[in-house]
Amino acid sequence: MMILTCPCCGVTGEETEFHQGGEAHLTRFGPGSSETEFHDYLFSKENPKGVHLERWRHAYGCGKWFIAARNTVTLEVYGTYAAQTTEPPQDIKDTLSAKVPGWSWREFA
Amino acid sequence: MSTRLATGGRLLDKGRALEFTFNGKRLKGYEGDTLASALLANDQMMVGRSFKYHRPRGIVASGAEEPNALFNMGAGGKFEPNQRATTTELFDGLTCASQNHWPSLEFDIGAINNSLARFLPAGFYYKMFMHPRPLWKHVYEPFIRQSAGLGKAPRDRDEDTYEHFYAFFDVVVIGGGIAGLLAAREAGRAGAKVLLMEQTAHWGGRAPVDGGTVDGRPVDKVVEEIVSELNEMNNVTLRTRLMGAGVYDHGYLMGYERLTDHQPQAKGPRHRLWRIRAAQIVTATGAIERPLSFAGNDIPGVMLASAVRDYAVDYGVSIGDRTVVVTNNDDAYLTAITLKKLGLDVPAIIDARPQGAGALAEEAKALGIRIETGKGVAKVKGGRRVTGVAICMQAGEGAALEEIACDVVAMSGGWSPVVHLWSHCGGKLLWDNENAMFKPDVDKAPTGAAGEAFVVAAGAANGALKLADTVADAHAAGRKAAKSAGNTPMSGDAPKADSSLENPMQPIWLMPQGAKYELRAKAWLDYQNDVKVSDVQLAAREGFESVEHAKRYTTLGMATDQGKLSNINGLAILSDALDQPIPQTGTTTFRPPYTPISMGAIAGEARGPVFQPLRRTPMHDWHEANSAYWEPVGHWRRPYTFRKTPGEAIDAAVSREITQTRQSLGLLDASTLGKLVVKGPDAGKFLDMLYTNMMSTLKPGRCRYGLMCSENGFLMDDGVVARLDEDTFLCHTTTGGADSIHAHMEDWLQCEWWDWNVYVANLTEQYAQIGVVGPNARKTLEKLSDDDLSAEALPFMAWTDITLAGIKARAYRISFSGELSYEIAVDAGQGRALWDKLMEAGAEFGVTPYGTEALHVMRAEKGFIMIGDETDGTVIPQDLCMDWAISKKKDDYLGKRAQARSFMANTERWKLVGLETIDGSVLPDGAYAVTDGTNANGQRNTQGRVTSSYHSPTLGRGIAMGLVHNGPDRMGQVIDIPKVDGTVIKAKIVPPVFYDPEGKKQNV
Repeated sequence: MMILTCPCCGVTGEETEFHQGGEAHLTRFGPGSSETEFHDYLFSKENPKGVHLERWRHAYGCGKWFIAARNTVTLEVYGTYAAQTTEPPQDIKDTLSAKVPGWSWREFA
Repeated sequence: MSTRLATGGRLLDKGRALEFTFNGKRLKGYEGDTLASALLANDQMMVGRSFKYHRPRGIVASGAEEPNALFNMGAGGKFEPNQRATTTELFDGLTCASQNHWPSLEFDIGAINNSLARFLPAGFYYKMFMHPRPLWKHVYEPFIRQSAGLGKAPRDRDEDTYEHFYAFFDVVVIGGGIAGLLAAREAGRAGAKVLLMEQTAHWGGRAPVDGGTVDGRPVDKVVEEIVSELNEMNNVTLRTRLMGAGVYDHGYLMGYERLTDHQPQAKGPRHRLWRIRAAQIVTATGAIERPLSFAGNDIPGVMLASAVRDYAVDYGVSIGDRTVVVTNNDDAYLTAITLKKLGLDVPAIIDARPQGAGALAEEAKALGIRIETGKGVAKVKGGRRVTGVAICMQAGEGAALEEIACDVVAMSGGWSPVVHLWSHCGGKLLWDNENAMFKPDVDKAPTGAAGEAFVVAAGAANGALKLADTVADAHAAGRKAAKSAGNTPMSGDAPKADSSLENPMQPIWLMPQGAKYELRAKAWLDYQNDVKVSDVQLAAREGFESVEHAKRYTTLGMATDQGKLSNINGLAILSDALDQPIPQTGTTTFRPPYTPISMGAIAGEARGPVFQPLRRTPMHDWHEANSAYWEPVGHWRRPYTFRKTPGEAIDAAVSREITQTRQSLGLLDASTLGKLVVKGPDAGKFLDMLYTNMMSTLKPGRCRYGLMCSENGFLMDDGVVARLDEDTFLCHTTTGGADSIHAHMEDWLQCEWWDWNVYVANLTEQYAQIGVVGPNARKTLEKLSDDDLSAEALPFMAWTDITLAGIKARAYRISFSGELSYEIAVDAGQGRALWDKLMEAGAEFGVTPYGTEALHVMRAEKGFIMIGDETDGTVIPQDLCMDWAISKKKDDYLGKRAQARSFMANTERWKLVGLETIDGSVLPDGAYAVTDGTNANGQRNTQGRVTSSYHSPTLGRGIAMGLVHNGPDRMGQVIDIPKVDGTVIKAKIVPPVFYDPEGKKQNV
């Protein structure tokens, strides 16, 4: 059972306090989008072995969504950051670069 | 025979005799005995039968690795099967019975399997019980069920209580042997908050039995000194009878404490599950001796050499008068020397190594013990008890050189570090060639949240088997853990210890090395599951080359000891058969718990009424007092119906409630419905995205029914939205959807439209809500209120604030029953008071409270959908012919794009209709309507299914709703709906609204 720190309220809690919410930084495609765009938005998700950016909600805490950068193999948590962003903040990218040289995730590296 | 010696018994209090019962026999033991030692003291060597061949089984070990001595323990509410005698402390009045035999331990019918053993090799069941299929059901399965299984399942409810306990430490040391004690002392001295746990009742582990000196002092004295030093440290917690059960992610550790197993009359919980977060974990879990694989190594009387020594030293028990020691290492010589010094006969030490042992060999010789080097055991003689051994050249094929009469064989195949806890969370292992064992790879420890190593192995568990190495390694491990946890170790050198172990062990995986099939087929690897050397070799030949496959094919290591004795020997045999080195074969996965833990401990306090929290509406107690027949709805309890008299049938009560509500007046506790307030300048825009309908055009004071879809397009919730003011909406959700829809709203607000100015609050529990339903609803409310409740002032689908019985209330004129209906919301604290007033005011109209079933039937009579009945996560609003609730004017809403996908827009989808049985009976809920032809699996093709089905008291017949292929275009057609009994019900396709289709009754 992992330990996560909520960037909103600052609480470090057990995994059971949080709900996982799938891949982060999705771009929503709505009416007018092509079949491929919409299909990929709904169903084609990252499933990396290694660095992953994923959404979590502090469900039994402050209720806020945030994004965790973590390793799906070692479960190392590189950092968490607020959900109101379209890309990982620079300090998270720096941490990833220091710990996982050459990392990449979707369009980010 | 095994017996109690006149002297000795380090752990016994001979002043306190205890009485216990085994298979109905009354036996005596002493305080400090384990059940195993007490049985052995009473010459009860045979303790059970093996799983497959029902061979006699004796006690093999003295600790958690024991595979054979499992018992049904206790009686009634304290009955528990599969209790391990070697880890069960004796208490006065203990009762136990052996397992897996019929009719008795001594005479067992199933033992016929033993004579059939050559026809029952590994994989026999897989190969045999495939065809023909009827034989499986009627012959094989009953046979296997009869013959398989160890203990009996308990019949009574567990009388004991259990608890969970949360704890946080800098350093947790698992194992209270010399290594654990030293590691804890170093961590404690460094100032770390330390927990030291030991699974048995005693400190010191093997050290007091094995002997040796630390800094020139006897190791048992050193153990006592360290324990008292630790007891003096305020930052160190010591616990015996607490086992490290499992190591999990990020330093999560599960401990299993047995509080009253040894004193069942004591008050308090029986077991306690410790849920620990540790910055650092030290696994000082010691090592387990391995058996040797020779023919007849499963005959009662063949034991681990260390166990023979333990029983003699710790419990003053002699396993037999004449013990032959068989070994491939120095350690077993200690057993021979110990026994000889106690005055027992040791006819020979059979050492497979050509060079034999070092100093210990000299000591043994000086005591007059014969030592045979380069020899092995060809075969053990005996049936229910060892009578002798035939010895042979280890390098040969097993030709007997001589037979030695004996009643005990003490074997040692070397030692395996207990790496389970190290491995649980990903710690990797290395193969140590010198000691032929897997040990922790210190560079590949389990890692925590920051990528740091959080487990340190110490002492024998780290492969440091000799006392001198153990002590130095444990000292360093304690310091390392403390440092990693942020403490500063004190300066000081490790204690110096000495050890009598000199010569290296030599791996012996089969004895003799060229053993023929007859011998290999009697050389056991897994005693409980009856896996022999020949079985693993067969698995390899048949292509089960992966260790995980071979394990499952042969059941090696799948017994209740989880391979603690058998795994390494089995891996070695497999590797040899595959002609590859052992590390290449690898190990099977070590999974928690280390030894089985009780289901009670896992459940903890969560059983009975406190299994999970119960949500109560403000009227809950009234319902309880008025014969509510409860239905669980999420964490709520809702009345399914109210029985007027104790004898009233459930369906009669439901019909009565419906009829009375339709004819006069009913009351419904609707407090569980979700109530989400959505507020802010962008609230209308936000709700337009969430609902399929247009919500932003709703006028304050008015209500609108809305549908909510997921981004996949599927219908997920519905309910009435009321606009409270320009900026504020109150969204009613389904009972089950309150929390999930709230979360859904937060998700979109926080993660997609975070720049929109909207806030959501879940006020579900802040309001009590009462449905006042029926033709006399208005009259009843008017009795309690001066406000204008006329159709003109408060029309259908409007709401207003009123004062009712002196209570501030909000009245929504909405209807889920088709009747004139008001839902009255008041502060939760006023709910019960209003309920009482409404019951009082409604008395003249024969008011009836009604439950969820009446609610369901009335909504079905009206053709209203129910989330979870008409929807199942694959249904879109269009399927339910609810296009009227989907705005054509909006550019976007959640689900709109998905509903335009080809499969969703397909006109061939099953659509909602009413179904009327021709004979008036009630259709089975969920039944399928069939059509011509069969599918690829030979099943009838289907053309629809029943989504809701009830008996309607209003119409006096069965009514149903269903999704049917092209349904709305097939009005009047009759379809076939088979029941599980094979009969077919004919149902006519009709419009889904069965009652008052014009809606006159609700709009008055």
